[in-house]
Amino acid sequence: MTDATLGTLGTLVDRPRESGPTFRERLWPATATSTQPQSATRLEGALVDTNRPLSFTFDGRRMHGFAGDTLASALIANGQKLVARSFKYHRPRGILTAGSEEPNALVTLGDGALRETNTRATVVPLFDGLAARSQNHVGSLRFDAMAAADLAAPMLGAGFYYKTFMWPAAFWEKVYEPAIRRAAGLGAISTEPDPNAYDHAFAHCDVLVVGAGPAGLAAARAAARAGASVILADEDQRVGGRLLADTNMIDDVAGVSWADVVAGELDSLPRTRVMTGTTVVGAFDHGVHVAITDHGHAAARSGAPRMTVTRIYAKQTIIAAGATERPIAFANNDRPGIMMASAVRAYVNRFGVAPGTCTVVYTATDDGWRTARDLVDRGQHVAAVIDARPKDDVSAPSIDGVEEHYETHVVSTRGRLGLTTLLLSDGREVFCDCLAVSGGWNPNVQLTCHKRGRPKWREEIAAFVSSAKGDAAQIPIGAAAGTFGLGQTLKDGHRAGVEAATSSGFGGRAGDAPAAESDATGVSAFFYVGESRRYGRAWLDFQNDVTAKDIGLAHLEGFRSVEHAKRYTTLGMATDQGKTANVLGISLLAEAAGTTIAETGTTIYRPPYTPVPIGAFAGRARGKAFRPTRKTAGHDWAADAGASFVEAGAWLRAEWFTRDGETHWRQSVDREVNTVRNAVGICDVSTLGKIDVQGRDAAVFLDRVYANTMSSLKVGRTRYGLMLREDGIVFDDGTAARFREDHFLVTTTTANAGRVFEHLEFCHQGLWPDLDVRFESVTDHWFQVAIAGPSARALLERVVDDPASVTNDAFPFMACGETTVCGGTPARLFRVSFSGELGYELALPSRFGASLMARLAKAGADLDCTPYGVEALNVLRIEKGHVSGGELNGQTTARALGLGRMVSDRKDCIGGVLRNRPHLVSDDDPILVGFKPIDGESELTAGAHFFATGAEQITANDEGHMTSVCYSPTLGSPIGLGLLLRGPDRIGETVVAADPVRNRAVEVEVCAPHFFDPEGARLRG
Amino acid sequence: MLIDHPLLGPRDAREFTYLGSAERLARPDVARDDADAITRFHDYVYLRENPAGPHRELWLHAHGDRSLLIVTRDTRTHDVLSVELAREAGTAETESEVRP
Amino acid sequence: MRYSGFKLLVEALKGNAGWAPMWREPEPKPRYDVIIVGGGGHGLATAYYLANVFGVRNVAVLEKGWIGGGNVGRNTTIVRSNYLLPGNEPFYEFSLKLWEGLEQDLNYNAMVSQRGVLNLLHSDAQRDAYARRGNAMAFAGADPVLLDREGVRRMYPFLDFENARFPIRGGLLQPRGGTVRHDAVAWGYARGADRLGVDIIQNCEVTGFDIVDGECRAVETTRGRIEAGKVGVAVAGSSTRVMSQAGLRLPIESHVLQAFVSEGLKPVIDGVVTFGAGHFYISQSDKGGLVFGGDIDGYNSYAQRGGIETVQEVCEEAMAIFPMLGRARVLRIWGGLMDMSMDGSPFIDRTSVDGLYFNGGWCYGGFKATPASGYCFAHLIARDTPHDCATAYRLDRYLTGRAIDEAGIGPYPNIH
Repeated sequence: MTDATLGTLGTLVDRPRESGPTFRERLWPATATSTQPQSATRLEGALVDTNRPLSFTFDGRRMHGFAGDTLASALIANGQKLVARSFKYHRPRGILTAGSEEPNALVTLGDGALRETNTRATVVPLFDGLAARSQNHVGSLRFDAMAAADLAAPMLGAGFYYKTFMWPAAFWEKVYEPAIRRAAGLGAISTEPDPNAYDHAFAHCDVLVVGAGPAGLAAARAAARAGASVILADEDQRVGGRLLADTNMIDDVAGVSWADVVAGELDSLPRTRVMTGTTVVGAFDHGVHVAITDHGHAAARSGAPRMTVTRIYAKQTIIAAGATERPIAFANNDRPGIMMASAVRAYVNRFGVAPGTCTVVYTATDDGWRTARDLVDRGQHVAAVIDARPKDDVSAPSIDGVEEHYETHVVSTRGRLGLTTLLLSDGREVFCDCLAVSGGWNPNVQLTCHKRGRPKWREEIAAFVSSAKGDAAQIPIGAAAGTFGLGQTLKDGHRAGVEAATSSGFGGRAGDAPAAESDATGVSAFFYVGESRRYGRAWLDFQNDVTAKDIGLAHLEGFRSVEHAKRYTTLGMATDQGKTANVLGISLLAEAAGTTIAETGTTIYRPPYTPVPIGAFAGRARGKAFRPTRKTAGHDWAADAGASFVEAGAWLRAEWFTRDGETHWRQSVDREVNTVRNAVGICDVSTLGKIDVQGRDAAVFLDRVYANTMSSLKVGRTRYGLMLREDGIVFDDGTAARFREDHFLVTTTTANAGRVFEHLEFCHQGLWPDLDVRFESVTDHWFQVAIAGPSARALLERVVDDPASVTNDAFPFMACGETTVCGGTPARLFRVSFSGELGYELALPSRFGASLMARLAKAGADLDCTPYGVEALNVLRIEKGHVSGGELNGQTTARALGLGRMVSDRKDCIGGVLRNRPHLVSDDDPILVGFKPIDGESELTAGAHFFATGAEQITANDEGHMTSVCYSPTLGSPIGLGLLLRGPDRIGETVVAADPVRNRAVEVEVCAPHFFDPEGARLRG
Repeated sequence: MLIDHPLLGPRDAREFTYLGSAERLARPDVARDDADAITRFHDYVYLRENPAGPHRELWLHAHGDRSLLIVTRDTRTHDVLSVELAREAGTAETESEVRP
Repeated sequence: MRYSGFKLLVEALKGNAGWAPMWREPEPKPRYDVIIVGGGGHGLATAYYLANVFGVRNVAVLEKGWIGGGNVGRNTTIVRSNYLLPGNEPFYEFSLKLWEGLEQDLNYNAMVSQRGVLNLLHSDAQRDAYARRGNAMAFAGADPVLLDREGVRRMYPFLDFENARFPIRGGLLQPRGGTVRHDAVAWGYARGADRLGVDIIQNCEVTGFDIVDGECRAVETTRGRIEAGKVGVAVAGSSTRVMSQAGLRLPIESHVLQAFVSEGLKPVIDGVVTFGAGHFYISQSDKGGLVFGGDIDGYNSYAQRGGIETVQEVCEEAMAIFPMLGRARVLRIWGGLMDMSMDGSPFIDRTSVDGLYFNGGWCYGGFKATPASGYCFAHLIARDTPHDCATAYRLDRYLTGRAIDEAGIGPYPNIH
């Protein structure tokens, strides 16, 4: 070692041996301190409860801390300096900060389904039994095999991967990329379902105050005293913000006590709520802010919600989110033991633990000096304060017994797993195990960025502050607004509180603003020690391993916009979104471009402020509760009757009813179909949308929304109805029944019930508000059952009170009316049929659903009555060529469905004009026909495409597709419906139904879509 | 997002279904055999002003009182500038805007 | 400068001082044969193919901000060609083939990563619909695979097969689908175009078109008037604003789509998975972040930020298929500006103004289309006839009734 070194060393070892560490300890502090941890005792006045010791483990090593510790403070107390490895170069990393901006100290907590990765040790409240593991290393944390990457660093600069891994081409996916993916990421998540619950809550207030530091507390108190309802939220477990880490006096009491008193007053007010452990993560439209409350691991383990996401609706939002101290970039500035000066202060003052045995402060701000002062006040050894500024620019007072160096820099450091030595710009070396760095403060402008407020650079405080244009209802104050003196901060906070209350209509007495001295807050815009370049890489983004060199390379290669540089180097894309890194990067970018930071500008922050678990945003909408499940009134009866159910949108519908001896669903479905064709079946059709339409102009209105005419429908009759979209494509189909001149009931498909109803509202209120018509969805009011089959009337007569009223003459095909059943129960009866058989649909108030099904089944027993499900329903309608979901796919015209004749040309209706656009009436639009396998037995598949026999199966020769298929027990063969070019002209022709994804190709004969009883004689019987 | 319902006061946007530009209210009043019927309906159904700024649009209070609202909202900031009931504004508009 | 591992080594040994800018920063010339308005993925790709394939090298790309700053720099990076309709499928398959050759073509590693795109299906009707689409893919030369439930389970055992509200009954897989490093696409095309002599001019906003007798002669810009033989506009997101300067009204609305990225995690989701009972898609980047998204917010917007309602819905859908994601943290949420067309499909066409060509209406599907969009747009501009794969993307298709409505939703951009 040089004499200079020994000299420096001398100034350290002159101190009494017992009070200081040994020379060896200073060289290898990590191992040394672990032999004499501070976990047993804490410095005077720490805000931890030494009567409540807690035990935890880190990488399996048992450690001790106290209630009030964070994992980070406890690790420091246990002498654990090395806690993580960086993302790219696997550099040894320690704890950099004492807050949520931490880029280094990310750990994995817990195990199994409860495992939680990338958790910042600096924000985890210590709890008994906490088990933390370090991340992102192969082998042990101390000897990480992946650290070899650091040696190859010159080849791994910004964007290196864009320039290589291209040869041979095949290697990218087989060799290169798998290797990259294995190396990627930090922690590994569990593959088990998250066992915890997350709640969602809503809160409303006049004034939301984000941050319970001095400014936020002053603002909240003023607003609350003035009479406004106030929510005060802070991410920390207790209020106070920087007051917890510093030693200021406010109104002549210690800052911490003042904070507790204010919080107490706020708690006592009825319309005020203090939410600690609550991070406001996002600002959204119209004053909505989203906050995440972490209820802690104890709660989560007891089955209580792990977190609550609260949507806060505030008239005014005061952003008192404070500021984040930024590092200074110099060679090897990323070693464990190098910390933000404000963090060192927090650990010493709040947690009573000294991060080092021998500390040096390197600062470009007066604030850095406070760290030295507080350390000395607490009996800690500070070797020197090294200030980048000339002495004249420094207004902080000197400190007895601490060396002062001005216009001096740290140019590099040593210490493989922890800091041991500093190299100064004057050539000297300093042995120390802790370097406290203070490069200035970045106001926390994130929430204003969420509203697209682009931060502006203010040279005099060397920081970006939120720009005026943004959300006027967001009021940044205190450090978040670039005001750094405590006294001024308190005044501003108080005033902002009063003003926010006033603008929301409250003018009560707010009392006086709290008073305090302001410490010196001088800062110089100093970011990077240029002369350190020759000593190695200087880190900007610690987590993503972005160094000063990378910014230089980005500029060299033309990535000169700040957005380009960010994307090319990944600066600010780590889990801290660059809270500590961005300004350093921007300053270097400006320097490289020979411009100013103001001109260079900044990227903006996106929500969330701190990372939020996906489960928290999802809340309770998980598993079966992901979406509501709708069940008809007949559901339970069907379940008892052996039904299996299938999702139909939000509904569950019976797909078939399995009887004894039936081992395959086809047996059940064939039986149900045969029974309907030969006897009688009953089917729950309640899920069809039902809309009650009334009013003098009801008929006129229906004429305009249906393609066919409804005004000509006679009272007591029902008519099939086809609804188009304004673009002329079929929207939905159903029936309209006319009970009175001014009273209709229209039905929709299950799938479109909601959209049809909204469409009608639009048409009425938006297009024809002058029409006298009202409608109401009555889907859930009525239970509806289809009774179909030759014996349908026989069965019906057994339940209606007046059998004479349902004879073929009294109640012919397409009749409808109101009646009573089962001894006076009011009901609606429709003689309609989807199955093609003699059929009725009987509707009762929903509460009678189950009992009606039971009654029908019982009454029909000797008629061989069977309940049938949607599968049989589907077979029955395909045999009849009725269209359904497969055909009503939002791409077909009435013409394509063979329903063109239904569209009335005598009246205007929605879609009436655009349905006649050239293509839609041309031969290029396929038309519905039926299909039968040539061999009479090959299974058909929906989704198969049609090709002329022998034609090459390519897009150009595609002639349409199969829309619905089934096995028809009635015809004893598979049948299908499909859309085919010029279909009706090709009856009898043979085409190929090609289904390569199912490895099938079947020759099919084109036929009419009506396979069974085309004349419809059975309907009218 | 909050929409200040003329009858019900501020309501959360989740209660509404967005039905698009209020240009949809200006449905052409033409006989279908008019030569330009398809063109005019094409323009009505498909072409949009799509302003970056105040935009008149339709919000149906589907999970509320089912009022169809005409909301004027700045598409750059989402600030709601005015809200009115479509059934009280709709007809006048159809007449005025349909005639070229 | 040619990139390679060897080059990296050499430059590393020389202290990485020898790298050159990936593109020049030229002053605009008074006239170009072709001016492309919009320095996004599509605009840059168009310029590249004009110069590289169609021999048109006197080309300028005018970008109002910084290149790649639009949706190519802000998307969920998925590439696939699993479309249904004949107007779409051949185009997207062409695009996927161009992706497959991109690295070698550009000598730039955009990390085209074909780890498969799996569309989950949840009902028999959906299986039939997916089969119809899968078959359409097959007939266009793509690579569909219809999987049953067990086939899906073998690929993604951590999906919710036990407790899902909408049970997973299978899926449609495209093994050749995957992801691409989105920013690199813009940079790669920019570098490629620049090397062929294309002028890439940033911070140059077009403020007007000089149209004489129905013919576009030049563009007015914040850096002066620039004459052009032909002008191609590819500014998806701002299409209405730019084209209105030429007096054109478009069948397009602007909407906001939010996208999400999680903290960096060790690999857990290999390919792209989409949810069939909602609208959700997720993949994991080579850096370890889960990249996912869902529906557009559903109302017109130029704000480039979305609402909390959509954030929660997207996360619900994430949990609906991957309940293991509950503890993975959302790191960033951002909103992008989407050109929503009236049928969910794009436009690559001439306009009623001679010499003015339009490329836009990509909805939220533009990224995967970048290569084919650029190629076909270049073809149209250079030859004045549409490329065979892009004949359907006409501006007048709604007038003729040839809408390309994959989902059968109708003329309602906010729900496409």
